[in-house]
Amino acid sequence: MSESAQVVGMGVAAPSGLSVEDHWAAVLAGRTSIGPVTGFDASGYPVRLAGQIRDFDAEAHLPKRLLPQSDRVTRLALVTAATALAGADVADGDLDSFDQGVVFANAQGGSAFTHREFRKLWTKGPAEVSVYESFAWFYAVNTGQVSIRHGMRGPCGALVAEQAGGLDAISLARRRIREGARLMVTGGFDSAFDPWGFLAQSAHGRLSRAADPRRAYRPFDRAVNGYVPGEGGAVLVLEAGSSARRRDAPSHGEIAGHAATFDPRPGSGRPSTLRRAIELAMADAGVSTVDVVFADSAGVPELDRIEAAAIEDVFGRRGVPVTAPKAGFGRLGAGGGPVDVLTALLSIRDSVIPPTPHTTDVPDDYGLDLVLDAPRHQRVETALVLARGYGGFNSALVVRGNAKEGQDG
Amino acid sequence: MTRRVVITGIGVRAPGGLGTKAFWELIAAGATATRPISLFDASGFRSQVAGECDFDPDFEGLSPRQQRRLDRATQFSVVCARDAIEDSGLDPGQLDPATLGVTIGSAVGAATSLEREYLVLSDSGRHWVMNEDHLSPHMFDYLVPSAMPREVAWEIGAEGPVTMVSTGCTSGIDAVGYAVDLVRSGTVAAMIAGASDTPVSPIVAACFDAIKATTPRLDEPERASRPFDASRNGFVLAEGAAMFVVEEYEHARKRGAEIYAEVAGYATRCNAYHMTGLRVDGVEMAEAIDVALAQARMRPDELDYVNAHGSGTKQNDRHETAAFKRSLGDHAYRVPVSSIKSMVGHSLGAIGSIEIAASALAITHGVVPPTANLHEPDPECDLDYVPLEAREARLDNVLTVGSGFGGFQSAMALRAVS
Repeated sequence: MSESAQVVGMGVAAPSGLSVEDHWAAVLAGRTSIGPVTGFDASGYPVRLAGQIRDFDAEAHLPKRLLPQSDRVTRLALVTAATALAGADVADGDLDSFDQGVVFANAQGGSAFTHREFRKLWTKGPAEVSVYESFAWFYAVNTGQVSIRHGMRGPCGALVAEQAGGLDAISLARRRIREGARLMVTGGFDSAFDPWGFLAQSAHGRLSRAADPRRAYRPFDRAVNGYVPGEGGAVLVLEAGSSARRRDAPSHGEIAGHAATFDPRPGSGRPSTLRRAIELAMADAGVSTVDVVFADSAGVPELDRIEAAAIEDVFGRRGVPVTAPKAGFGRLGAGGGPVDVLTALLSIRDSVIPPTPHTTDVPDDYGLDLVLDAPRHQRVETALVLARGYGGFNSALVVRGNAKEGQDG
Repeated sequence: MTRRVVITGIGVRAPGGLGTKAFWELIAAGATATRPISLFDASGFRSQVAGECDFDPDFEGLSPRQQRRLDRATQFSVVCARDAIEDSGLDPGQLDPATLGVTIGSAVGAATSLEREYLVLSDSGRHWVMNEDHLSPHMFDYLVPSAMPREVAWEIGAEGPVTMVSTGCTSGIDAVGYAVDLVRSGTVAAMIAGASDTPVSPIVAACFDAIKATTPRLDEPERASRPFDASRNGFVLAEGAAMFVVEEYEHARKRGAEIYAEVAGYATRCNAYHMTGLRVDGVEMAEAIDVALAQARMRPDELDYVNAHGSGTKQNDRHETAAFKRSLGDHAYRVPVSSIKSMVGHSLGAIGSIEIAASALAITHGVVPPTANLHEPDPECDLDYVPLEAREARLDNVLTVGSGFGGFQSAMALRAVS
């Protein structure tokens, strides 16, 4: 019988908060963490709003030598991983370094850092390019830096599948646990709010051009008109059930099932494969239903309709509570799925489903029981988290509370 | 009963003649394809040689729309995937699309297109805050390179798991390893897997110039890549791609497919040491090798050939030599070890897949490709690196390894299938 993947530590850095409890309080309150883009003058840009993290003080949390070599996204990952690992309470010597690995998703690289180096190259010449650019830029940087800082020499990985990549990374970490790793640090982060990165994010035309933060990103609303991009992500520390039990580590819950599918080329006439991803993930978890769905919530009418239909097909009309806390802080790219998983585990812990801010008018034919306005108090033992990446990537993940059978592995 | 996973199709675009056949002929002949950089004006750079592909998108059958829309590395991916499928005889139309997936590795994704668009948007670097008037509608695909596996999935109609693996210079092994895991676990019947990188561009060249990782040698560009040689002084940047059809053994057998090799074992480890540096003892690479061989149920002394990372930097070649000794013991001194980077350069994430292709073809042809340009070995590199000339040999068990920034060390064991 294979090991279960228990979540023994978690951390978050999102516009909603820089600690698990701050994030949870903001999400439960349905707070709006979206605002005008800061950091440069975006007045000439078609998109003005974003979910940016305020008050992140990398200098206060990281050794000085890491600062000149890291982009903002890597600093977010490093600080969050340290918090999550502290929560997992792994003491030196508890675990062999080869039994601990790291898998992160990232979709946008070290955007601001690399933008500065492109500029130096083209205005001053190649000799001015930073000695750190070769790794501060690439998509594996967060995995590498976290593994080095925490001395983890086990299986490692880095995935890119836009917004879906974060759940794929958690699933890959779970696979490594089942193969024999004892501890895996996993999750995803993105941040690209330098002028070039932000402009690039708007190129596919799916970003909201609204000016009012409370009306900009309203997934599943009749008046939906795009999404708001955000930055940040979450770290989950997964541990093999037998290992967690051995050192009496409390678990927030278990990564119980996962599946990934891909949608056919637009215009092919073939249907979306999201429903199949949901069914396969639930089968993998051995469950026939769940207590709540954290929706991907694309904020694009056609995509919202497809997601609503997939949920209705699987669970029946208004058959399961659905929520989208990300409406309050934006879509975080590779970080979006992991933040939703973390929020789902808090939902299980406190028996409450957080609301979907901003959305008010859901078309009746969506058949969705979307949790609006206020948190809904009810028992939550299992949750389904959905994430879709631009281009057709679907990822579905099931988390389960740490009921007695959870740690039997 | 564990499902076995085999390679049934190969498509390669590497420097020195395009296509799988031309690639094999080049490396089997010990010929080199490194040359002065022609893809951009490299006169201001420390390193000015590269392994470039004479890639003609018209000849390759890419539509004008694909040529306009797709980054160069994505174009390489698409044509290699087409080749691999044709080579395998697999008809994707006959498969349930749900049982077919795609995993592509790349270290720097759409770097070439990013730089081109940057110059337009910023007016050659003049503007920090840019103007959206010149924003390409495809810019998001360049920022987020999962566009690469997406294009291949669209091309072949795959509706199973699709993703990009981006672990720097081990991406090409890790992407195939990811696919092998999915086939072995029964998630899919087949995957298109491989890697592509086209980093011969000013920004990537400047990255490696800055840390003196690439060779400054200007004379004899065809002899610029010298792994294990005492005179080596850095790697030669290159571009390329290789894609495979990775398939469940019984599935391949039932349709009468020709099999290149079984992917019998795979593992990856971090060195937790330095983003660009390597500890001299090679212990993490050795750990990856040990695990891959154990998974393959292969004893170290059963190995007939080791396809080395062999980048041609001083620290890599010593690190890797130490790792082989640690894992293979005395057999490290007996088994032929070679680096094809001596001939086609180092195409970052792509090279791991190109080296899997070389390993699989070596098994099929019964030929060990040599290490070109190896005239006087570094005394600290004291293994049999197959200098200059290929050797004929029966190859049943082959190991290929990779090492890269971030500290990643990966190993894959291939076995001949009779």
